[in-house]
Formats: sequence, structure tokens, C-alpha cells
Amino acid sequence: MIARFSPAALGYAGGVILLLLAPAVIYPVLIMKVLCFALFACAFNLLLGYTGLLSFGHAVFLGAAAYITGHVLKVWEWPTLAGLLAGTLVAGALGWVIGSLAIRRQGIYFAMVTLALSQMVYFFFLQAHFTGGEDGLQGVPRGDLFGLDLAQDQNLYYVVVAIFVAAFWLIHRTIHSPFGQILKAIRENEPRAISLGYDVAKYKLLAFALSATLAGLAGATKTVVFKFATLTDAHWHTSGEVVLMTLLGGMGTVFGPVVGSSVIVTLQNELADKVGSLVTVIMGAIFVICVLAFRRGIVGEGIALYRRMIGQKNGR
Amino acid sequence: MTDFFGVPLPALFGQLVLGLVNGSFYAVLSLGLAVIFGMLNIINFAHGALYMMGAMLAWILLEYLGLGYWWSLLLAPVGVGAIGIVIERALLQWLYKLDHLYGLLLTFGLALIIEGFFRHLYGVAGQPYSIPDELAGAINLGFMFLPKYRAWIIVASLTVCLGTWFMIEKTRLGAYLRAATENPALTQAFGINVPLMVMLTYGFGVGLAGFAGVLAAPATQPGPLMGSNLIITVFAVVVIGGMGSILGSVFTGLGLGLIEGLAKVFYPEISATVVFIIMAIILMFRPAGLFGREK
Amino acid sequence: MKKKYIALAVLAALSTAAQAQISDKTVKIGVLTDMSGAYSDIAGQGTVEATKMAIEDFKAREKPDFAVEMVAADHQNKGDVASNKAREWFDREKVDVITELVTTSTALAVMKVAKEKNKLVLISGAASTRVTNEDCNDVTVHWTYDTYAVSNGTARAVVQQGGKSWFFITADYAFGHSLEKDASEVVTQAGGKVLGSARHPFPGSDFSSFLLKAQSSGAQVIGLANAGTDTMTSIKQASEFGITPKQSLAGLLMFISDIHALGLKTTQGMYLTDGFYWDLNKETREWSKRYFDRQKKMPTMVQAGMYSAVMHYLKAVKATGTDDTQKVMAWMKKTPINDFFAKNGRIRDDGRMIHDMYLVQVKKPEESKYAWDYYNIRQTIPADQAFQPLAASRCPLVKK
Repeated sequence: MIARFSPAALGYAGGVILLLLAPAVIYPVLIMKVLCFALFACAFNLLLGYTGLLSFGHAVFLGAAAYITGHVLKVWEWPTLAGLLAGTLVAGALGWVIGSLAIRRQGIYFAMVTLALSQMVYFFFLQAHFTGGEDGLQGVPRGDLFGLDLAQDQNLYYVVVAIFVAAFWLIHRTIHSPFGQILKAIRENEPRAISLGYDVAKYKLLAFALSATLAGLAGATKTVVFKFATLTDAHWHTSGEVVLMTLLGGMGTVFGPVVGSSVIVTLQNELADKVGSLVTVIMGAIFVICVLAFRRGIVGEGIALYRRMIGQKNGR
Repeated sequence: MTDFFGVPLPALFGQLVLGLVNGSFYAVLSLGLAVIFGMLNIINFAHGALYMMGAMLAWILLEYLGLGYWWSLLLAPVGVGAIGIVIERALLQWLYKLDHLYGLLLTFGLALIIEGFFRHLYGVAGQPYSIPDELAGAINLGFMFLPKYRAWIIVASLTVCLGTWFMIEKTRLGAYLRAATENPALTQAFGINVPLMVMLTYGFGVGLAGFAGVLAAPATQPGPLMGSNLIITVFAVVVIGGMGSILGSVFTGLGLGLIEGLAKVFYPEISATVVFIIMAIILMFRPAGLFGREK
Repeated sequence: MKKKYIALAVLAALSTAAQAQISDKTVKIGVLTDMSGAYSDIAGQGTVEATKMAIEDFKAREKPDFAVEMVAADHQNKGDVASNKAREWFDREKVDVITELVTTSTALAVMKVAKEKNKLVLISGAASTRVTNEDCNDVTVHWTYDTYAVSNGTARAVVQQGGKSWFFITADYAFGHSLEKDASEVVTQAGGKVLGSARHPFPGSDFSSFLLKAQSSGAQVIGLANAGTDTMTSIKQASEFGITPKQSLAGLLMFISDIHALGLKTTQGMYLTDGFYWDLNKETREWSKRYFDRQKKMPTMVQAGMYSAVMHYLKAVKATGTDDTQKVMAWMKKTPINDFFAKNGRIRDDGRMIHDMYLVQVKKPEESKYAWDYYNIRQTIPADQAFQPLAASRCPLVKK
């Protein structure tokens, strides 16, 4: 019976089972944090790895959704599902606006423009009253979902897993769809894609908006988990972190961002108390090493290794 | 006391001077970025961290070697430039054949390393660094109090910018640099050592940042975060000015500093974002920047 | 079937018996402070040291039958870092009480987590009166001082000296807003006038444009509603712009560590309200000397207050025989505090620990006879006058 499913499908099923069992051995709040950032990185990878666009201000979508969700849950007392949706959709809308401006430039300039535009929104967050500025938005209620009281970490955990699996599936389908193929074509050879008649600008914008929306979902979920939204969520350091997670894990691979974010979040968590500011140095060093010698990332190198091994086997 | 649109003159002029001071920093830093980008095609994200390093070096020279401000003005930029050369040789040169984005990522990583390192050693708060006695005090101009040190910042920055412009446009070394930027292969064929030019350019560019750091040290207290607060605004300045011309970067930097100063007087809430708003507008109507050429 | 019920009954009995004991026979204290930022000198490592001293003294004098452990971490003045750390400490590390929490946003964040998990919070460093008003809860004690207490003393004294018109330079977060608000009320009550304010990002590095605004307002007094390195930099830059001595500066929240860093020449004559002075009497001198031997600096009120709070807590645990939050808190509230730090100290219903505060004036350089001899005590403000009266409290826990 197992043989009817491809190795990939079995692998995914195994992964989900592992996730469901994990709280028995690992602190669930840590795993939830990893899942949120993994989703953020997967959304980001859609743009970088598959469309070839480096957005250096992606944290603004994480932060915008975090604040919106926080606000509607705490101040307007909306139900949790509505709050999550609100944050996600606002992030998507913001993505549409920023994306339209940014795609007017290519390559490096695109990155700088996204950075500067997101910085503008960051300063807005800093000064707006509803965000609480430096204090942040605290005491966001988790509420409940379909009768489950989310104040219990255990219940919330399964909801977060469900959200992650659903979003991951969505990204997976997108990548393997005709839409995804066109995105890859744009990454490989944009002039060619144009000459083939595709409205490249429209596709880039769509990819940007989709990426922003899913990043928003990650931010909204994070607010519910930590009951908190702060400026850190929208700061450009966080934008840099998600680039690192994707690069380290492997750009343009499906699993790369998940691996990368798991490594980075766990590393930061474990090292923060022990080495203080050296964590930043370590992050920087990983960046430098990845760019110089490890550009395919963990999963990318893994796949290359696997292919070499099969090649060797067949060649013999 | 005369008023200007409801704002007393001393306040207005004071903020304009402060705006010019900030603008001077923008000018020197965006100049360095533009020079590096022109030659290496790399956006040097580490520029802010190296600016900070210049300031910290000034403090370190004072704290551990007893060398004062005037020594630091000379030694710190050289020190930062030397470190820049090491960075270029050890790390950056492998990236020239790759997508430009990798340069941005590598220098971002460098910025994290440098900033994290100094934070680890010195915490987050700034270190005390006094204004040198020769430049202490203020001149009472009647319509405003002009602190001597702030005036010095403006003068020193402009001198350095003009000096750089002169060197690049009017000297032979500058001619070689410009040639190497336009057409490296051909320039190399003429017997000019292009990799050496590249190395020196990066060293010089970050040396400018180090110089700006020393200038900033007595005014804003050397601290590990001073670069990261500034660098994004400088990026916006560079996008607005365009990366084609030196005088363009200088003019844009000063101009934006003035606009920020005016904003602080009339509409303070917008002062942090006005640069980015202008950038967004420029992007819509003149994507290459005010003085840039579409590359 | 009967066996099952007996088993359940036994289990129930055992578990209630266990509740009257200290879980794991260990009391774990978490010190969450700013180790490397703007407030690291005011609080920071010094508070960790003070906690260690309290634990050592407690073990030596009281010989408890339970173990006392301590963990410490840096919250970097960020609310989210503090909140996550607190959650992790409560969930995973079995920490019973979190202490210190300089920077109001971290305090407010951790108070919420502690309420959720039913654990205690002892605040020494945070300043805002929100802790005992809008955000009050029954698991928190605000030990050392607050923005009302310091502005009440200082602002009132300055207005009485003739500084009638004020302009504030304020750190743009909960603490700064609080301090500005409380000080403004005192100024207006005392017959002065507030001309305006300028808010600066926290932490700040360049105050020049805000100082310029203050200068052009023409106010006699520039109130610095900030603390730590922000205050020190503001004072330094003010002289650069020729603001002093024409206008005077009022550091609304200053600590002896600031005076030490700035020097008497710059700060002489300034008024400040402090909760502790090392040179007050024999008891304070004795304790401070022990602290000085470890840290090589004299303690600020935050650091001294930390010792006092931890000691009171440990005594409560021993007296009640449990680390149950509500029982320990009840003992702490009904027991007065009389140690080297607090005279006539007691914890009110809103969580505020009230004790005498001191209005001091910084000595002139020639008046200072030995190291750290900085203060002339001008007035001892008794506990029930120093802090916001309970009747004016906006805390829902206070019965009106």
C-alpha cells in the first residue's frame, strides 16, 4: 500500500507526524516560533528562490500583519479567525502597494527600494499610537477557535501546525503550477520570458503580493502565539534574518527555508543567553560563509550530493 | 525676535544648521557608497558599520593610547581603509563574477559581524568622547548660537568631498579609476593594474566612511549602533541622487539634510520619513535618480 | 471500583499536601535586567550582585530547609525579549519569581505573563506609575520608586526655587510619557507652567534638535523626562549649545551613577529625588561597603532595592512554608519592611511598596570630602507623602 505513494509524499506525511508528536520532547512555544519563521521564510523564498527577486524589506509584512491582528484581537475584540485573516489580508494589500512601486526597478535597485519603502512603513509604526511604539502591543488575547481554548499552549500548537501545513501545501502547489513555471522562467531569463509574450511585470507583482500575504499570515500567527507585536517584527534586521534563513537553507528549494529557519531560530534561542551579542557575529559569519562557499544552502547541497551519489551508482 | 511662518528665527536657523550637519554626513557617506558602487558594482551594506568603526577607533585611540582627536582624524580613516582593503582581498574579490545581489548579502553579513563584535565588547550605550578644546564652545551670531564643532563638521566634510571630486575628475589617478570603471578589460590591456585600482577604491570608499565616523564621534557619542541607524537613510539618499556623479551625491546629501531640518521645525512627525517619501516620488517619475544615468 | 476511589482520594490528599510545600524544595529567582544598554549602570549586573548578596545572607542567617537558586538574563530593554524570556523561565525553568525589570515596557510585558502563569514579579528598576495604576495586578510588587515619587520631590523643589516655566524633553515610550505627565501635574499644582515638550526616540544619541526646541521655547527649566545615558547625553549636549547656564536643567530621574559619570562640576546644585543614599546612616554605609567591595561602585537605589525585595520575598517563603504565589504575596503585604533600604516600608493593595524618599541636592566640588560624597540631603519625604495617594489610584484592585 505504501508503494502507491511517492517518496516525497511519504516524506511529507512523516514530517507532519513528527510535528504532531514533537511537543512531547520539545518546548511547544519554541516549535511554534520555528513554524512561524519557517512560513515567513517559505513565503520569502517564493519571491527570491523562485522569481529571483531579492526583497530586503520583507519584515514589514510580518510586522504589519502582527500589529493589525494584535489590534483587532485586543482592542476590537474580534474572534481569532477573523483577526488572523485581517492581518494576512492587510499584509497582502501592503505588498501590492510596495510591490507596484518596487518592480519599476531591477536587481540591486529593487532590493534597495524595498528596503527603503519598508523603512518608511517602519517609521510610521514607530510613531502611530495604535502600535504602542517602543512599548509594543502587549496582552493580545488568544481567544478560541472552533471551541478550542487557545490560551492552552497545547491547543494552540495544533492550530499553528495546521496553519503551517496548509500554507506550505499552498506554496508547494503554487511552485509546481503553470504560474510557478512562469516565475521560474522569469528568474532564469527575464528577456526571454518577455519575448515569449508574458506580462512579466504582472507576474512579478502577483508573486510579490502572494509572498507578502503569506508572510503576513506568519506574522498574524506569531502575534497569537506570543500575545505580543513589537517594532522588532518590522525592523530591517528581521528582513535580513529571513534572507539568511532562506540562503542557509537553500534558495529555490521547497524545504530549504524550513531547514534554514529551524537552524537560525534554534541557534538564536540557545545562544542568546550564553554569548550575548556574539549571536549577531555568528549570524553575520554564517551569511559570509554561505555567500562565499555555500550558496546552494543545506538542502541545495544535500540534493546535489544525492544526485552525485545516484549518478555514481548508475554510472558504474 | 523675528518670526518666520510662526517659528522664531533662531530656532529655524538652528535646525537648518543641524540639517546641514546631518546632510554633510549623508554627503560623505553616499559619496563613499557611490565610488564603491561605480567601481565594484557592489552595494556596500557594511558602510554604516565601518563608519561606526571609525568613531570607535577614535575613542579607542584616545582611551588606550592617549591619542587625541586630531590624530584620530588622520589615523582612524587610514585604519578603516586598511581593514577595507583586507575585506576586499579576502572576501569581495570572489564575488565579482556573480550576481550583484551576493555582494549586498556578503556586506550585510559583514555589517552584522562588525556591529555584533563591537556590541559584545562595549555594550549598546555610547562611549563618552569630548569635543576637542580648539573646537569647543559656540559663536553667538545674534540670530542664533552656532556651536563651533558643528560648523567644523560641515567645513571638513565639504572639503573632503571636494577633494575627492578633484582627485577623481582632475588627476591622472582619477583618470585611471574612471577608465577602469568604464572598461576594465581595455584598461587592463593598457597596462594599468585594475585589481589594484579596485582594491584601493574600496579602501578609499570605506576610509571616507571612517572619516565621517571620527567627525561624528564628539557629536553623537561613539556607540555600536550609530551606523545601523544611519545606513538605510543613506541608501535612500543614494537612490534619490543616482549613482552616476560625485557632485550629485554631495548635492543630494546636503539638500536632503536641509529638508529634514526644515521638517523638524514645521512638521516633526514626518522628519524621519521625509527622505523615503521623496525617494518614492523620485522612483515614480525619474527612476535613475536626480543625477544618475540608467546603467 | 472501591479501590479506584481510594486511590483517587489518596492522590488528592497527597497533592494538597504537596501544595503546602515548596515545589521541588527549591525557590528559583529570575533576574531580568539590562546588561549592556542605556540602563546597565543604574541596574544591570549590580542588581544580579545584590540578589546574590540577599540569597547568601538569607541562607546564612535563616538556614532554610529549601534551596535557593538564581538565573539572570539580559532583556536588552525590549518588551518582546523580556516577555519571551519570562514565558520560557516560567514554563521550562520553573522560575518562581522574576525580579528587576528596568525599562517600563519590559515590566508591563512580564507582569502580564506572570499573571497568566500565576507567578510573582518584584519590580525594582521600572519607573512608570502605570505598574500600580492602569496595569496593576495582584502578583506584582513595585518596590523601589516610581515616576510620581521622583517628580513630586524634584519638580516641586525646583518650582519653589523659582523655576516656574518648564519645557520637557521626553523619552518616547511608556516611562518617559509617565514621567512627563506626573512632573507636569506637580509643576502646575505648585504654581508653574508647562510650555511644551519634545519626544525623542529611545534610546537616543543626538538630542540637538530637541534641545534647540527647548531653547527656543524660552522656558526657565528644561525637564529631562528620560534616564541613564539619555539624560547624561542631554546634559552634555545642552552645554554645547549654550543652553546652560541661561536655562537650567532638571534631571527628573537621576541616579548616583549618573552623578559619578558626569562629575560634580557639571551637576553641582542639581536637585534629584532618590530612594536610597549609601552615606545616609551606619546601616546603609555598612551594606554599601559590602556591595562596593564586589562591584567597585556605590549602589543606586535600584540595586539596593533589589536586595531588600529579594530578602523580603525569601523571608515570606520561609514563613509561609510554601512558594504558592497568593500565600507568599499575602504575607509580604501584611508584613512591614524595616531594613537598611526602607524605613516604615509596607506594600499597599495596588502593589506599591511605600517607603521614605529623599530630596537631595548635588554638592559643589569643594564640598565633597571623599569618594562618592555627592549629596546634601535637603528633605526626607515620609512614605505616605512620597507616593501617589491610594485615593487617587486608578487600579481596580484598590477598594474605594
